[in-house]
Amino acid sequence: MSDFFLIMKQELAVTAIIFFLLIVKIAGKSKNVEWLPWIQLLLLLNFIGGFFFIQSGTLFADMYHTNGLLAFQKNILSLGVYLISLLCSDWLKKSEHLPEFFLLMCSSLLGMFLLISSGNLLMFYLSLELASIPVAAMANFDLHKKSASEGAMKLIFISAFASAVLLFGISLIYGATGTISFDSLAQVVTDNPLQILAFVFFFTAFTFKLSVVPFHLWTADVYEGAPIATTSYLSVISKGAVAFIFITVLYKVFAPLETVWYWMLVVLSVLTMLIGNLFALRQQNIKRFLAFSSIAQVGFILVAITGTGVDSMASVTYFILIYVFSNLAAFGVAAIISEKTGKENIDEYKGLYKTNPFLSWMLAIALFSLAGIPPTAGFFGKLFLLTAGSVKGNFWLILIAGLNMVISLFYYLKIVRAVFMDKNENPVEKVLVNGYAKMGLVICAAGIILAGLIGPLYDYIRELITIFF
Amino acid sequence: MNLLLLLCIPLITSLAILPVRSRAMVRWISLFGSVAQLAAAVFLFFAYNQERDTGNTAVVLFEDHFKFISNPEINFHFGVDGIAVAMILLTSFVLVAGVLVSWKIEKMTREFYFLLLLLALGAFGFFISLDLFVLFFFLEISVIPKYLLIGIWGSGKKEYAANKLALMLMGGSALILVGILLLYFNAGHTFDVLQLSHTNINGQLQKTVFPLLFIGFGVFTALFPFHTWVPDGHSSAPTAGSMFLAGISMKLGGYGCLRIATFLLPEGAREYANIIIILSAIAILYGAFATMMQKDLKYINAYSSVSHVGFSLLGIGMLTQTAFTGALLQMVSHGVMTALFFAVIGIIYDRTHTRQVNEMGGLMKLLPFTMTAFFIVGLCSLGLPGLSGFVAEMTVFVGSWENADAFHRIATIAACVSIVVTAVYILRAIGKVAMGPLFVNNITKGMESNSMKDATWNEKLALIILIGGILAIGIMPEWLNKLLKPSAEMIMNRFTGN
Repeated sequence: MSDFFLIMKQELAVTAIIFFLLIVKIAGKSKNVEWLPWIQLLLLLNFIGGFFFIQSGTLFADMYHTNGLLAFQKNILSLGVYLISLLCSDWLKKSEHLPEFFLLMCSSLLGMFLLISSGNLLMFYLSLELASIPVAAMANFDLHKKSASEGAMKLIFISAFASAVLLFGISLIYGATGTISFDSLAQVVTDNPLQILAFVFFFTAFTFKLSVVPFHLWTADVYEGAPIATTSYLSVISKGAVAFIFITVLYKVFAPLETVWYWMLVVLSVLTMLIGNLFALRQQNIKRFLAFSSIAQVGFILVAITGTGVDSMASVTYFILIYVFSNLAAFGVAAIISEKTGKENIDEYKGLYKTNPFLSWMLAIALFSLAGIPPTAGFFGKLFLLTAGSVKGNFWLILIAGLNMVISLFYYLKIVRAVFMDKNENPVEKVLVNGYAKMGLVICAAGIILAGLIGPLYDYIRELITIFF
Repeated sequence: MNLLLLLCIPLITSLAILPVRSRAMVRWISLFGSVAQLAAAVFLFFAYNQERDTGNTAVVLFEDHFKFISNPEINFHFGVDGIAVAMILLTSFVLVAGVLVSWKIEKMTREFYFLLLLLALGAFGFFISLDLFVLFFFLEISVIPKYLLIGIWGSGKKEYAANKLALMLMGGSALILVGILLLYFNAGHTFDVLQLSHTNINGQLQKTVFPLLFIGFGVFTALFPFHTWVPDGHSSAPTAGSMFLAGISMKLGGYGCLRIATFLLPEGAREYANIIIILSAIAILYGAFATMMQKDLKYINAYSSVSHVGFSLLGIGMLTQTAFTGALLQMVSHGVMTALFFAVIGIIYDRTHTRQVNEMGGLMKLLPFTMTAFFIVGLCSLGLPGLSGFVAEMTVFVGSWENADAFHRIATIAACVSIVVTAVYILRAIGKVAMGPLFVNNITKGMESNSMKDATWNEKLALIILIGGILAIGIMPEWLNKLLKPSAEMIMNRFTGN
């Protein structure tokens, strides 16, 4: 019994937070703002607690399993949620429904935890639903904004569609093989046409969730409409979790079909990088811009997945960790400025350095990290992704990825240029950054600079993967 | 000597100026740090020579290993050979001069010096790295400082120039990256330069990787036709930025072309040598003729840099030991010379607020010190004996002439012709600016001519340091030759198979 608590401790901790929030909501006074620091503290404890008493094990007839690697990945996600709670504290303070937002976010996080721990298609489907449905409500959290409702609508439809496709795929898989457990599936999967068809449906659902081109069309609208806290959750946490389970499923369950999905991945990664980049070039709204840039980043993740299981898992885990810092820092700056001044256009960022040097440097570091320029960690993240992708010797793909890095540098520099160089008659006024947000940004910046230079970190991740993957 | 010192000094200096508020303090700390770095570099030079004199014939000296990541295996493997020592010396001289020349920067002084030191850190790290991944890391570090230095403190079409530079260099880096990964996965899973040099890399792989690495590094060193960032970048950058770009950053590329691409992949180099020769001969002539058409002093130096750096690449393409030595000499010589040239231009511009040759004249009377430096650098550029340019170009020509066939002879002669063109544009520019009746466009517009002061102490010091470098190489090149020759011989041995 004590094993049960230890094995599921991360899920139980999040569940406990959810119950705490429920009680706060029901029993608390009408003003919920003062709970914010406590909630942040709980999220921090949840993150730190994840590092202790890590135990491997399986539960519920192999439906759920966990180990050191999964615990580490869950910690990355917890860290992201904690950072979001810091960075978006201004917006959260204003919100009338503060506990509800965290309630939804933690429910979704619980779904993500179960998702990457799932050992069975049924569990996989359930946890994916648990992870995605609350996000739709989160997307519509700015109740008075029409674009938020539009985005939330799109998200619900697309989630429902993806789920339908996924369920269809799962049912075909079950029909063809007679099992839904990952372990036994791995034994019986072959490349007969029915199974390939089933797999393609299954695969498609993933590409929706990861917003891989051509299933990316929902991304920009949802990102633009939703509050930035939700957007950053969607772009970092949700994508990270889906990428983790994606690699597991491909290499653990559908390994016999590698010849099938290898070329699918190559084609999709090229398309995703290219289209994400080309559309990002023309964006004016910073949220839409970051949406397309995150699509392009997923393209790079797919490049890594074309390598081998261990290499891709190691580099993607490392990349997501860095991506949490970089993307959240960029979104954090956008959130602070948007909340205080309502400005979200890149043109309005011109001359930001004059008035807000701190925010400008944070934004610049984040963007350089996203572009993959040293000494930021993004450089190492990108490089390990590309190294993992070249294991099989497909150097054309790496060359294309390298050239895409050049394109992406162009549009990241566009913002840096606006912030540091362009002149503006009335730049964004001096914004007072509150202590929490400042702390969040500093954590992100420290992560961006240190995570790359600390070599043993990557070794540690890789070691976890060689043991547990 | 511990090579980490060369990384620590700029790093600590750059971090030390971050919390400082006063401008003067920032300047003095930067100057102190760069002088300390220069001292370390000079000490390295003597320590290196001493070690060699005791008969140590290892390929690199002062090796250091630090484990970074075990899979893919990446180590901070540091070590220097003669080429690296020469480049480090060059970099630290230019660094001190650059700090001195930028003394008057008022706009965001702290950020300026921080970026300048970061740029230097990248260069030092690049020259001491013996691991391709780490080398690439240091090569890339300089992208941010270059971009911001040009974009914020530059002049003219600065945003355009900064963007162009960053994107072209990044494009070059992408090629280098693919080349490095190809080597890693097909030649023994190592990034280590020394280990790779002992690995037998098959010919087909060499022929695939060599163009990637050579073009990639070539973008940095203005390989024709990838030179287009040079004129814009150099002319838009602030003075110290131009000095660094032309004096050091272009040398990163040259070093990479010779010390990495040619050294590791001799068969590839042999395969493409003729193309390199053709491209560099075009660059030499094209650069020289393009310079003749320029009216702006910075553009004059930028285009003449394309031409001068062409000599380095020509030397590499000739594949003889003397030519390699010449290419290296030219890199060092051009580094000092072009830094001095940009420093002089910066001083002139600061006084006259124009860089157009035909808007000034007779400045010798007002700015005797600066103009003397201008004369020296001009004469060095056209290859006057006794100055560094002569030594370097002569060595390249002699080395090139060792190839007896018509193709190499024609290329050599074409390159020689450029010297005449150089003489034309240099003498014309100097004559116009320094000699004749005093005339500055802005003065006629009401500016007091006696408001123009000659170089201040800091500028004088910078000029003297760089002139000292030119003379030291020009009058007694033996010390530099002694550094470079064994390394050139080692690279040559890869071709002769010893």
